[in-house]
Amino acid sequence: MNVNKVYNRIESINGNVITVRANDVKYKELAQIQTRFGKSLAQVNKIDGDIVSLQVFAGGQGVSTGDEVRFLGREMRVSFSEDLLGRIFNGSGEPRDKGPALTENMKPIGGPSVNPTKRILANRMMRTNIPMIDMFNTLVVSQKLPIFSISGEPYNQLLARIAMQAEADVIVLGGMGLKYDDFLYFKEVLSKGGALSKTVMFVHTASDPTVECMMIPDMVLAVAEQFALQNKDVLVLLTDMTNFADAMKEIAITQEQVPSNRGYPGDLYSQLASRYEKAVDFADSGSVTVLAVTTMPGDDVTHPVPDNTGYITEGQYYLKGGRIEPFGSLSRLKQNVNGKTRADHRALMDAMIRLYSSYKETVEKKNMGFSMSRWDEKLLKYGHLFESKLMSLSVNLPLEDALDLGWEILAECFEKDETGIKSNLTDEFWPKG
Amino acid sequence: MTENKGKVVSINGNLVSVEFDGNVSMNEICYVFAGETALKSEVIRIKGNVAQVQVYEMTDGIQCGDTVEFTGDMLSAELGPGLLGQIYDGLQNPLPVLAEQAGWFLERGIYADGLDAEKKWAFTPTAKAGDVVRAGEYIGTVPEGPFTHKIFIPFDLLGNYTVKSIAEQGEYTVKEPIAVLTDERGREISVSMSFKWPVKRAVKCYSERLAPMETMETKVRLIDSFFPVAKGGTYCTPGPFGAGKTVLQHTTSKYADVDIVIIAACGERAGEVVETLTEFPELIDPKTGRSLMERTIIICNTSSMPVASREASVYTAVTLAEYYRQMGLHVLMLADSTSRWAQAMREMSGRLEEIPGEEAFPAYLESYIAAFYERAGYVRLPDGSTGSVTIGGTVSPAGGNFEEPVTQATLKVVGAFHGLSRERSDARKYPAIDPLISWSKYNSVIANEKLDFCKDILHHGDEIGSMMKVVGEEGTTLSDYITYLKAEMLDAVYLQQNSFDLVEANCGKARQQYVTDKLVYILGSNYALENKDDARGFFNRMRQRFIDWNYAEFESEAFKNAEEKIDQLYRKGDGKLSAPAEKLLKDGE
Repeated sequence: MNVNKVYNRIESINGNVITVRANDVKYKELAQIQTRFGKSLAQVNKIDGDIVSLQVFAGGQGVSTGDEVRFLGREMRVSFSEDLLGRIFNGSGEPRDKGPALTENMKPIGGPSVNPTKRILANRMMRTNIPMIDMFNTLVVSQKLPIFSISGEPYNQLLARIAMQAEADVIVLGGMGLKYDDFLYFKEVLSKGGALSKTVMFVHTASDPTVECMMIPDMVLAVAEQFALQNKDVLVLLTDMTNFADAMKEIAITQEQVPSNRGYPGDLYSQLASRYEKAVDFADSGSVTVLAVTTMPGDDVTHPVPDNTGYITEGQYYLKGGRIEPFGSLSRLKQNVNGKTRADHRALMDAMIRLYSSYKETVEKKNMGFSMSRWDEKLLKYGHLFESKLMSLSVNLPLEDALDLGWEILAECFEKDETGIKSNLTDEFWPKG
Repeated sequence: MTENKGKVVSINGNLVSVEFDGNVSMNEICYVFAGETALKSEVIRIKGNVAQVQVYEMTDGIQCGDTVEFTGDMLSAELGPGLLGQIYDGLQNPLPVLAEQAGWFLERGIYADGLDAEKKWAFTPTAKAGDVVRAGEYIGTVPEGPFTHKIFIPFDLLGNYTVKSIAEQGEYTVKEPIAVLTDERGREISVSMSFKWPVKRAVKCYSERLAPMETMETKVRLIDSFFPVAKGGTYCTPGPFGAGKTVLQHTTSKYADVDIVIIAACGERAGEVVETLTEFPELIDPKTGRSLMERTIIICNTSSMPVASREASVYTAVTLAEYYRQMGLHVLMLADSTSRWAQAMREMSGRLEEIPGEEAFPAYLESYIAAFYERAGYVRLPDGSTGSVTIGGTVSPAGGNFEEPVTQATLKVVGAFHGLSRERSDARKYPAIDPLISWSKYNSVIANEKLDFCKDILHHGDEIGSMMKVVGEEGTTLSDYITYLKAEMLDAVYLQQNSFDLVEANCGKARQQYVTDKLVYILGSNYALENKDDARGFFNRMRQRFIDWNYAEFESEAFKNAEEKIDQLYRKGDGKLSAPAEKLLKDGE
């Protein structure tokens, strides 16, 4: 075996990819490379006879042809135990906080997919106490949903809120290309809010090597899967998947793969899908729910990353103007759960969105200088109330209170029969007095 | 298994190069040994003494020098009784069996027989010793669910064979010999109730191929009336994400007027398969009165399962479809999504470093797509009966733009195009098939003249609608405005259909014809309407009554009452049938 065999001759260095001549090397095996800047992990990603290509986690910068490469005889793994909770790691699985390195109970990452016959139909609501989610596009346990957003939107604030408020046993947060400020923000908000003790973080910041960025989702999902198998409901938060896709693009291009669409590799769909499909509700065990920020370059939803994502995920949340946009957003699984929350949930949701859409038309009319009718005035009032009381991301309300608030807003602006809600519901829920 | 062996010389993703001695054939199956685990693979290119094979599993842990065993067989499906109701992966491994063996995950290197080797089937011979038979003719039957499953002479036996002996009526497993045949040279061949067939080759054991003339009812009004699909025909459903491709296929798989439905979930979400798996066993097939699952086979290679077997999955599915077609049954095969299949080809092509075509798809994309859809057809079988395979594929074009290679290559070869549009799905108009861009070459369930009449209103209404965006309601004449309202109503009451309501979703041929006549009558009439408000009010009420009518069970009391309400409103609006509409309705009788 090659376990301790050391190679002293690097044949080529191209970007983050190096090649060495070596025998008895396994595909996807890890190696350790000793450079003058310290040790780094590297992973085999191509073998051609005795020429072995490795992607170096710390990047190719400063790697010398004479550096030492030692194959480790194992694949990329992550330690799994309760000790992970409250800890922060980087893309190589090394601690980012001041805690000790964890080496016990190592589990492989990027494992096989779940047998579809072992899944159960998603039918449990995951409460977030954010009305635009709970009430209008309910998040369902085991759902996978991206948060489509443009740069500059407060998507990380949204994720942090969800991490604090969501009804999950364990939160696993993966940061890819995260700005250092945002990393600090997550750390601070979660520890202040007391959610850090149920959170594991794997963080790659923008200044870290690209290869580590590619490892983050697999590390995060492997840990999440292990917790789920221990009967925990796990919420995975990823930010930002576009950086992950860009990291794949970078490596693919370096290795001279034929690009398919805007430089992205042809297997972008499969690569994204194999991560998102880790979302699962196990028959007789826990679950993994995935929320992943996907920034859209140029607010273009047809860009390959959001486009491929949309085909994989079960809906999307659109973050626009600091709010979850009710029209573009869609939770495909919401009808699995919102029929059994409260009798008025669906009807109220439909009516409020319909009226909000009329409000939008009225605003357009107003901007074009048309005169406002009494009905228009009512809609304008309604729109403002709706936006400030329900849409704002700072609102923290359980679903039932949000529904009650919805009725209050309606009652403040409209007569019962103007809402288009069935009369048996208005009779029951319309605020008295 | 042949004695032919080789060893691994390079690994790149799921493409492995193997040095071999002896002979290796294209598309031959081999097993790459990663340690103890044998990984199923397929030869996709041979150069000198190196074969490039695509591994149907993750290739982690393979190293140079690992042993490869060649089998001499191509990728094959096992055909015989017991396929119905199964849930397979792309390589015909039954997923429930894999779950028993491996638990939660699809561990690699674990394979299982496509057919249960233990189960006994009640065989009744139909041939006798001395009969001369050919491939594709049958020598006996077994009951399988609601169907009579024919036991065939294996499709790969060429020439004439004489039955030397045949088993008596009784219970046999699929592997037990049930007959001995002698070929023209007197050699004896033992056959059982099951045999293998290479999935990438079309089954051609039929007497002739017929033109697809008979409409396959899907119970979706917009399809059956406007853009019909024929038994033995092909159609495609491209659309952007969220436009309802999968829901539409799901509805079709429930209500389509065929004997057997084969669903190939190819590179899509596992959750959707779980939905089918949960729902179908509970639903009753109105034709047989049995569980819908008994007429369904699911081939499920979801997006996170290995990409090479995703490519195989559509071929496995169509092979099973052809097999049941040979029994004189009508089979519908649904592939969701063919784009994922094409992408699987693209991934392999990239690894093979082939010169890329448009959007990096391989140059042979079109011919592969054409060859796949050509496996559909309406055929006359050796015993004179007929059977068909209908293929419907969804396409997931990047960015929802139909000007991309997979959509365009598909449009060249299919007989009907159901283009889903983002505008219609955003407006919650389902099914979101855009009537202005879709087409079909097959026969509709309603008369062409009436169809043209309806399409005319739609096109006209659309023109007026776009004009109105510029000149406003004020600038539109009353008669134009009424045409616009008529088009809107036609769209709302006929094209749109609620696929979640049991009555509404299941709109049969007779009902479609009846409702169309009514629509021609209503839309072909002139009304005493003073102004636009009047007109809008009238057609809104008419629309509401029509929708109520749609939800009433056909020919029930409620149905008659709802129709009477429409008639009342018609009289109230002082409707007068126009001459062309009157002629149309008369001709139709």
